[in-house]
Amino acid sequence: MRIEANTDVCIGAGQCVMTDPTVFDQHDDGIVMLVTKHPEGEAAQRARDAVELCPSGALSLIEESGEV
Amino acid sequence: MTETASITTPGTSSTATSGPGSGEVTDTEFPVERGCPFSTPAEYEQIREHSPLTKVRLTTGREAWWIAGHELARAVLADRRFSSDRRRDNFPFVSTDPETRKQLQDQPTSMLGMDGAEHAQTRRALMGEFTVRRMAGLRPRIQQIVDQHIDEMLSSEQRSADLVEALSLPVPSLVICELLGVPYADHDFFQARSGPLVRHHTPSKVRVRIQEELNTYLGGLIDRKVADPTDDLLSRQIAKQHAAGTFDRTSLVSMAFLLLIAGHETTANMISLGVVGLLQHPDQLAMIKDDPEKTPPAVEELLRYFTITDTVTARVATEDVQLGDTTITAGDGVVISGLAADHDPTVFTDPNQIDLERGARHHVAFGFGPHQCIGQTLARLELQIVFDTLFRRIPTLRLAAPLDDIPFKSDAIIYGAEELPVAW
Repeated sequence: MRIEANTDVCIGAGQCVMTDPTVFDQHDDGIVMLVTKHPEGEAAQRARDAVELCPSGALSLIEESGEV
Repeated sequence: MTETASITTPGTSSTATSGPGSGEVTDTEFPVERGCPFSTPAEYEQIREHSPLTKVRLTTGREAWWIAGHELARAVLADRRFSSDRRRDNFPFVSTDPETRKQLQDQPTSMLGMDGAEHAQTRRALMGEFTVRRMAGLRPRIQQIVDQHIDEMLSSEQRSADLVEALSLPVPSLVICELLGVPYADHDFFQARSGPLVRHHTPSKVRVRIQEELNTYLGGLIDRKVADPTDDLLSRQIAKQHAAGTFDRTSLVSMAFLLLIAGHETTANMISLGVVGLLQHPDQLAMIKDDPEKTPPAVEELLRYFTITDTVTARVATEDVQLGDTTITAGDGVVISGLAADHDPTVFTDPNQIDLERGARHHVAFGFGPHQCIGQTLARLELQIVFDTLFRRIPTLRLAAPLDDIPFKSDAIIYGAEELPVAW
């Protein structure tokens, strides 16, 4: 699983950072910054939650081939 | 396709009128006032059971679509074919009469009423002020403000207070004033003026006068900060605009106005209602007293349960939009009822119960889509600190009046309590 962040539509709500700061961070201007593109274990589940919570649609999940 | 519907409401036997594309109209005017903070209006439940999307008559006499389902609410709020521009003729205001609207239409809009690229540009200029990291940096100061106000409560000999005046209103008022750079001496000026602006029953003349007074004050404040910058949000925004060669006093006044009203009227009301909610559920309150880690999910549940902004989230369709079987016609007003959406039983089990361990964060109490509240991290932080500190320092806190005697703001655009008598 890979996370993609579209910084063009990010509105800096910070929901993702609140969900898991080990995966998501913000630049000083509020725009999302991925700490990792490949969260694992519980962080992967939290990343899914963050994608669901993101109000602007800036985050998306890409399931990669070969994953179990 | 022609839709017909009949929604039964107390004291009425409504018949639907319908025509192609017109949807149906019930006899009930929306929004319906909340009788008590612990009951969503029955009409909200009835209309949602009928359909998550229904054409209704608003209390202003206009027709608009009423969205009562959670999934649809999020979809419409995220859909850029719906405009937030309050200057559009069909914007479904739920309170403002035509005369006031006309006067307000001449005012420059804040980002609340902007769309697309203009909105993105304005929001982006401000986003850096509200990052999770920057807000976390405010924690010690917010804690200090909360402690000072609780010290004052505890120093009173009668062991009782109006919580609204003692804590709910001054804490967020001081926090937002400090953040913006409004001098401490002036925060009473805002406290007195922000309340009437968000009440349905405030006469239009008063509303316009308050708006003018605030605009005049903020214009003067911005002029002083242009001449003599200080370390605050307004001075930083002025510097940013000067650096970009885009200094715009009018837009700064609108921005400051929005942040001040939003900062006063939302968190303050949530503090009061949250305290009522917690005191009415002592078993659940005991849980967060024992374990502060349970406070953040408790705050989310209180936000969901009360969804105080309810109909603030309204839009106008800019083109024909197909939602399921229904066509929303270009120019139609749409009111997204956050309260109804956050009590949608298909999404929240037993939605009318407060369950502090629910752990659901996908409520729309802060809205959704590109306009979702820019200050939500600050609001959460203030609520967490207030609830933790208040019940730790005054563990015997109780309501000093029966629930029925507490004056709740039944006519407010942003729901809350007028006064909250407490004792300990």
